[in-house]
Amino acid sequence: MGIAVTDASVRPTRRDYSLIGRDSRLAVENGLAAAEWYHTDVPRKQMKELMKRSDGPAIRDTVIWIAAFIVSAAGGIWFWGTWWCVPFFFVYGVLYGSSSDSRWHECGHGTAFRTQWMNDAVYQVACFMIMRNPVTWRWSHTRHHTDTIIVGRDPEIAVMRPPDLVRLVLNFVGVLDAWQATVDMVRNAAGVIGAEEATFIPESERPKAIRVARVWMAIYIATATLALALHSWLPLMLIGLPRLYGAWHMVMTGLLQHGGLADNVTDHRLNCRTVYMNPVSRFIYLNMNYHVEHHMFPMVPYHALPKLHDLIKHDLPAPCPSIWAGYREMIPAFLRQLRYEDYYLRRELPPTAKPYREELHQDDRMPAAAE
Amino acid sequence: MSEWIEACGADDVDEEDVIRFDHAGHTFAIYRSPDDEYFATDGLCTHEQVHLSGGLVIDDIIECPKHNGRFNYKTGEAKGAPVCVNLKTYPVKVEGGKVLIQVG
Repeated sequence: MGIAVTDASVRPTRRDYSLIGRDSRLAVENGLAAAEWYHTDVPRKQMKELMKRSDGPAIRDTVIWIAAFIVSAAGGIWFWGTWWCVPFFFVYGVLYGSSSDSRWHECGHGTAFRTQWMNDAVYQVACFMIMRNPVTWRWSHTRHHTDTIIVGRDPEIAVMRPPDLVRLVLNFVGVLDAWQATVDMVRNAAGVIGAEEATFIPESERPKAIRVARVWMAIYIATATLALALHSWLPLMLIGLPRLYGAWHMVMTGLLQHGGLADNVTDHRLNCRTVYMNPVSRFIYLNMNYHVEHHMFPMVPYHALPKLHDLIKHDLPAPCPSIWAGYREMIPAFLRQLRYEDYYLRRELPPTAKPYREELHQDDRMPAAAE
Repeated sequence: MSEWIEACGADDVDEEDVIRFDHAGHTFAIYRSPDDEYFATDGLCTHEQVHLSGGLVIDDIIECPKHNGRFNYKTGEAKGAPVCVNLKTYPVKVEGGKVLIQVG
């Protein structure tokens, strides 16, 4: 299953993840930036059917989502001060700090609803909850799809090599992530766009990012002021803190997307992972467990991904049968990457699949041998 | 000097769909709207040079298959991030079951 540097004398390659550093330059020189990616052949008629937009599924799921917010928030407020509030805030936290991740993502693609203003409305609300500037992250995610897990190009690589395991664990409670988001928000609100942000946000869009950051700052200041006035944590339990105590599901599912897989390749079958999951997680995650499929065909709405999976699975590596199975292969890979940064899990293709184009994926920095 | 060139047969494009047409080193996208009108634009997205013929036609919008950038294919107008630059459009006419576009 894995590819390892088997010769301990081979020095691992140090990666430079900066978007304005050495590997960024190398990716452009080596043709890895904005490259042509592999796509499974799907007849146009079937692809059109899969790409078709409809408001129905997303309206249904959004109504359930909002109702769950209202019930869990009401229960949390009602039982505040007793242990009975815990299960309500558990649910509220996951909705706020995890399900918002998949909502900003899907609505940012414009694929959740057919009606664009509905995508925009949910996108803005979800971005606020997950603390991702809607302008910055629209552009960062665009780059993530252009240059998925290309070192120096992709701004959304969750686990860099060698993996920082402390950071990884702390992210389950959002601590470092939310702190970084706060720093970014304050900086943007002060009218400053960072050098790395400037590599993917066009100049014309930057004032919008600054405006949003200022509105968000005002909301957080108002919430904190209310908490002080009431001498209560309750306002912060509803706005702000759930980004921490509810982040665990987002991190649990998000790490599986690319964790331990190849970098610097141009075939999503090598750097994305599809994982079968329970229906509750799939609702929270809006079917992003079909991650190879999503990256290969980002135009397909979340509700059509299971159909797309059935259609193209003959050409994809076998999916992980569960979240648990995903972690069972990913964690040992992270541990090996601590010693051998170039180690990665190589996804085996079924005999029915078109083979990888190895000539596109031979990284001369990475002398590797099959296990 | 502009000229009319034959791009495809009228039936080659399904209703509410798009196809690619290459001519003289240039690539175009030919659209058939839901109300059975034909339109033509440059074939590549102005954002990252992806062929729009792989995209989705929804009413008068073409959505790029790579990053979901949206254009009005009738006017070429970019409808928002990640597309900021309008698409060039070309006059189209249908004669004898053929779609012709004016280029040059």
